[in-house]
Amino acid sequence: MNQVSTVIRKEWEDARRNKTVLSVVIIVPLVMTALPVAMLFIMGRVPVAAQDLEEMGRMLSNPIFAGMNPIEAMQSSIASFMMILFLMMPLMVPVTIAAYSIVGEKVSRSLEPLLAAPITTTRLLVAKGLAAAIPGIVMAWICYALFLISARFLSASDRVFAFFVDPMWLIAMFVLSPLLTVLAVNVGIIVSSRTSDPRSAEQLGSLVVLPLLVLLFGPMVGLIMLNSTTFWICSVVVALIDVGLIYLGVALFQRETILTRWK
Amino acid sequence: MIRTQELSKHFRGDGSPIKAVDGLNLEVSEGEVFGFLGPNGAGKTTTVRLLTCLIAPTSGRAWVNNLEVGRADQQIRAQVGILTESPGLYERLSARRNLEFFAELYGVKDASGQAEKYLRLLGLWDRRESEANTLSKGMKQKLAIARALLHEPPVLFLDEPTSALDPEAAKTVRDFIETLRGQGRTIFLCTHNLDEAERLCDRIAVFRQRLIAVDTPEALRRQLFGRQTVVQLARLDDQFAETLRQFPFVKHVDSVRGDGESGKLVISLDDPPAQNPGIVQTLVDHGAQIQFVNELRHSLEDIYLSLIHNGDAGQGGGQ
Repeated sequence: MNQVSTVIRKEWEDARRNKTVLSVVIIVPLVMTALPVAMLFIMGRVPVAAQDLEEMGRMLSNPIFAGMNPIEAMQSSIASFMMILFLMMPLMVPVTIAAYSIVGEKVSRSLEPLLAAPITTTRLLVAKGLAAAIPGIVMAWICYALFLISARFLSASDRVFAFFVDPMWLIAMFVLSPLLTVLAVNVGIIVSSRTSDPRSAEQLGSLVVLPLLVLLFGPMVGLIMLNSTTFWICSVVVALIDVGLIYLGVALFQRETILTRWK
Repeated sequence: MIRTQELSKHFRGDGSPIKAVDGLNLEVSEGEVFGFLGPNGAGKTTTVRLLTCLIAPTSGRAWVNNLEVGRADQQIRAQVGILTESPGLYERLSARRNLEFFAELYGVKDASGQAEKYLRLLGLWDRRESEANTLSKGMKQKLAIARALLHEPPVLFLDEPTSALDPEAAKTVRDFIETLRGQGRTIFLCTHNLDEAERLCDRIAVFRQRLIAVDTPEALRRQLFGRQTVVQLARLDDQFAETLRQFPFVKHVDSVRGDGESGKLVISLDDPPAQNPGIVQTLVDHGAQIQFVNELRHSLEDIYLSLIHNGDAGQGGGQ
């Protein structure tokens, strides 16, 4: 366990001094948090057209908006879509860190001394994975907290605020989000062991965001409904994919392949 | 301490497999400084990677510190130090953090103390808080050597430790390797620098995919060129060589003309210290005016080039 914490500390120290990584870890999530807050703020103040009110009325018939007025239902509805942004955060941050922590080491040639050290592949990957995942998860939770505080004091009513802390949101943030992070880290590790350039690894790893678009566009076309059940199902599916990817990641992370493919 | 038995490593090529190491048989004793020489692409780095368990052999076996490669990889890794071809430092971390990280990874109890010890020993203490990317090439190399030593390994693999260093930095590194030699560590030194190999190594191996020769530089010199005495004469006369050829112990005599009448005789002998006095006496008796008498010492470069060019000229010799 000491070796794992040693590698994690080193990774974070290194990442702190890497401006590219730091900007992705801090700036991107904050911007992604500001977006839904701004929308809530604007929606609460801009006059609504009669046609839109009619649409909102239909929305009220959805049980998850029970007890809300049309504006509150609209705010909750739009913010639900924005929730996807919170799920994207823990994907983007770890992919960037993982891309630099493994491929970056390959490029700077520091991976060979590391692989020559008496640390098992599993421990090394666990350490690299945690070092990449923890900041992503923590950042997502911090941003969620910032969103809740902003929503509470700047724009949302009690009923809308209650909607943002209902089981659907909590499952998304505290179950699905960490599971997606594990997915992103594993994809990052797998991509890392197959590419030789941090940017390519980052770009390829970012493709992991694509499945989330189903959660974004699915409700719009009536394919799925955003509720607790949907998020539980998504969590189970992602958990199963995670298990498969963990095995695949360890199997593909061959010291020999990584060393001898350096060109 | 290090032993290989028909150790081979083949990589997949476009068509047929590429033989990086082919049937290597080697034995390096405890406390020995062993020079591993060969041209670029000879398979030296691959051999080091095999012996440090970074890659697996295609066939054959190897032991490091009585532990078998492929069966006790983690233990071997814990007992060897490796200086890779490039320093491979964490460029954004300080010199001290680079060392502390590896000390902790190797389970060194007092990681900070051990890092301090080697930073001071290698003259890097004043730059301990400098990021590695601000250090000179020589300093980076010294830092990488320190990293290889933090866990006090009994076996050390040094891959081109002075390549790309300026003469002063190279000398500092060489001097440090000399001090390590006195500590009883087994050192496996891959180098292109033949001067360095001759100065530091107890034995050398010349290698190009296969082992061409292995022995002490002196023994290889004798095997390849024998022992030769050079007699510098003020006036070279053909009869001198003829006279010397009468001696049964004289294996070969060459006359080499110099400026004017001067020249030299290059005489191959079995035992120059015992036979030189008789040679000199005979030449003087025949009227030769001797200016100098020296032993002809072929450089390690001559030995290396001769072995590399003749391929298997010394195959198996000295093993």
